[in-house]
Amino acid sequence: MISDISNKLQVQVKAAFDKKTALRISAGNSKSFYGRGVKGEEISVADHAGIIEYRASELVLTARSGTLLSDVETALAENNQMLAFEPPAHAPSATLGGSIACGLSGPRRPFAGAARDFVLGTTIINGKGETLKFGGQVMKNVAGYDASRLMVGAQGTLGVLLDISIKVLPKPETELTISFEQDFETAHKALRQWILQGQPVTASYYYNGALSIRLSSTGNSVKKAHEMIGGELRPNDLWQSLQHQTHEFFSRHKNLWRVSVPASAKSILADQQQLVEWNGALRWVASDEDLFTTAKDVGGHASKYRMNSDNEENIFQPLSSTMLSLQQRLKHSFDPDNILNPGRLYPEL
Amino acid sequence: MDKLHLPALIAELQKFLPADGVLHSAEDLAPYECDGLSAYQAQPMLVVIPETIAQIESILKLCTEKNIPVVARGAGTGLSGGALPLENGILLSLARFNRILDINTDDRTARVQPGVRNLAISEAVASHGLYYAPDPSSQIACSIGGNVAENAGGVHCLKYGLTVHNIMKLEIITMQGEHLTIGGEAFDSPGYDLLALMTGSEGLLGIITEITVKLLPKPSATKVLLVSFDSVATAGQAVSDIIANGIIPAGLELMDNAAIKAADDFAHAGYPRNAAAILLCEIDGTVEEVDDQLQLAKNILQQSGASEIRLAKDEKERLKFWAGRKAAFPAVGRLSPDYYCMDGTIPRYQLADVLTRIKQLSDEYNLPIVNVFHAGDGNLHPLILYDANIEGELERTEELGGKILEICVEVGGTITGEHGVGIEKINQMCVQFNSAELTQFHAIKHAFDPDELLNPGKNIPTLHRCAEFGAMHVHHGQVPHPELDRF
Ligand SMILES: Cc1cc2nc3c(=O)[nH]c(=O)nc-3n(C[C@H](O)[C@H](O)[C@H](O)COP(=O)(O)OP(=O)(O)OC[C@H]3O[C@@H](n4cnc5c(N)ncnc54)[C@H](O)[C@@H]3O)c2cc1C
Repeated sequence: MISDISNKLQVQVKAAFDKKTALRISAGNSKSFYGRGVKGEEISVADHAGIIEYRASELVLTARSGTLLSDVETALAENNQMLAFEPPAHAPSATLGGSIACGLSGPRRPFAGAARDFVLGTTIINGKGETLKFGGQVMKNVAGYDASRLMVGAQGTLGVLLDISIKVLPKPETELTISFEQDFETAHKALRQWILQGQPVTASYYYNGALSIRLSSTGNSVKKAHEMIGGELRPNDLWQSLQHQTHEFFSRHKNLWRVSVPASAKSILADQQQLVEWNGALRWVASDEDLFTTAKDVGGHASKYRMNSDNEENIFQPLSSTMLSLQQRLKHSFDPDNILNPGRLYPEL
Repeated sequence: MDKLHLPALIAELQKFLPADGVLHSAEDLAPYECDGLSAYQAQPMLVVIPETIAQIESILKLCTEKNIPVVARGAGTGLSGGALPLENGILLSLARFNRILDINTDDRTARVQPGVRNLAISEAVASHGLYYAPDPSSQIACSIGGNVAENAGGVHCLKYGLTVHNIMKLEIITMQGEHLTIGGEAFDSPGYDLLALMTGSEGLLGIITEITVKLLPKPSATKVLLVSFDSVATAGQAVSDIIANGIIPAGLELMDNAAIKAADDFAHAGYPRNAAAILLCEIDGTVEEVDDQLQLAKNILQQSGASEIRLAKDEKERLKFWAGRKAAFPAVGRLSPDYYCMDGTIPRYQLADVLTRIKQLSDEYNLPIVNVFHAGDGNLHPLILYDANIEGELERTEELGGKILEICVEVGGTITGEHGVGIEKINQMCVQFNSAELTQFHAIKHAFDPDELLNPGKNIPTLHRCAEFGAMHVHHGQVPHPELDRF
């Protein structure tokens, strides 16, 4: 579906601002589990959809926030291009806006960059009902503060996303998946060595005593890399199962934590309870325990990803009081009456 | 702060700063009167050169207490007047924070102080097979703190990203003296993405006291093509063709004939002096990948109408080709007493059209313009040649520059790709952003710096200033598209 309902959305936010009533922003509801529960009148951007501009030679796509992620990916695939941060969809209803608002990235992230790295510009409605445009459609832009990237991961608490311009990349010519049975430390040490040698690694995953990696490059280059580092061949669709969390690990475990740590941090729990991506920097851990302190102790942070909780408690790593108050002031600068997705990130934001 | 109270302030600062850390004589202040944009100069009230984080904190707290504005300065190579001092303010030099604190080869990161030179990082980690990717042409001199404050780019940003893509963590101190860690050693951090917000904030939000940068493994192979064209427009089209065919070169730089000659005279780079334009197209990666992509690139370039394609035969020749490009600014500097460097960025498909319009403006104003720029990113650097000693010529140059930036905005681009707004492009901010957007920017600043003491007057114009600028514009009858109040 293609439609521009930006005026309608602006009117709704302005009315909520005037009445000082909270709004709960929704789109595809594919990631409603991620974050705290929000009470408020629904404002849906699902109908604000459609690709506005896409020029393959510019490596830029601009689309309305309600555009289905799958529609974006189809349009890109026709030109042999991709969203290189491999956003998790979690459901077919996932939208581009929701993906950017949640700011999640998939397996290619350590090599290609995160969602925030690819955002070039956004048009938003702030909490005063004003439509604002930041950034643009060009690769380099330092005019004004980078308010576009600020929207990534803000989960709508700073503004309702209307349009998003995003950098896209060519798909690699060839991809190959190989795996090795090794303990966690040995496997990651070898992986670091391959990366240092310049091998074309573009994803890694460690689970059940085996490391799998993806090689992406030209055909000759992938072949050569495989000759040099060996490993057993695995199907490439493994990476989609990680990107969208259809991998059996994710369905088998409840109380799933997302733990983001420095890549070389030691293994934080027994192997069978965790699945590790991003060269060691992203650890999915099934645990009934509170992992905020564990994550902090190794220089990282944790979030409750899928939990059997009422979404009322703290979902994200608690912030220091100085940091929290700065973030509150920032929230206030966009949304002075706290009407946009209040409490979705933290009770205070 | 009036002059009467200056001795007392100096005495107070000297209590906690080293003896040579407070400069106040006219002679000592002179080197700090401008940054790389020498057309703008001002003498600061004082220059302070702290050595420890605690001293920075004390300076900021004292200035907050006494309501004195503070301008941070890295190496002073900025090209938009971001480090231009304020006459009623203190200039805070970070020159003594020049240590690399830690190199982590496992996570491929380095923790450095803000005054460390950009190139010094790559030099320090070279023995580990690593480097820091963003490489501004000023990299032998500019500081990493200044790079973060400007979100600096370089010739390899097309493939490897800008400063914002290559840093992990910042330590900052706010004007109130609060310490904050922004980002972290993991790939993301909880809450809002303040790392992106700080990058390119031009010293208006906080003082950066430590930076953790990402390091990349040096590619196994790097090759460069020197490609000639009979017209600038054909070269511009070739840039789009390469990218549309799935190649992301490590660098893709364009120089026009005037730039080719100037650079060749200066650096003896072996450039084809009669070409209307050249492209430097660098490909890196694994040995096999580079071979494959070079072949593809050559085919594309031939089809795009290249008149000559030369592959640097060895590393020595590759560096020679780049030496010409890297020396282009100083080389152009020899053509004329002064030059003015613009930094607008446009969608690549507009290249040919915009370059033609720039040429028309150059003829109209009778001021020569040389083009040497990051074509792959659409980041233009028209260099306007002028003579500041001729009365009114700087003003005419600025007016011409302003028009070029307005064209960039009109075709969907931006007034600055990497040099920042500073004081130089403050008026053009009124063209790119409307008043609600500017108000939002001021509100962001307010969240960090409620007293507006950090580099006030730079980066974001006041609405009042924009109103005046708009009035002036209409007065001259120069608004290109009066029906559009913004892009
Ligand atoms: C010949 C030449 C070539 C250039 N080529 C390029 C290029 O290719 N790409 C590019 O991007 N730029 C280029 N530049 C511009 C310039 O080098 C960059 O903007 C650089 O990042 C500035 O760094 P600096 O240390 O000199 O900062 P300064 O000029 O000292 O300061 C720049 C801004 O940063 C602020 N600042 C500095 N340090 C801090 C800190 N620690 N905390 C908070 N704020 C701080 C200052 O207040 C000021 O607003 C070039 C300049 C020259 C002269």
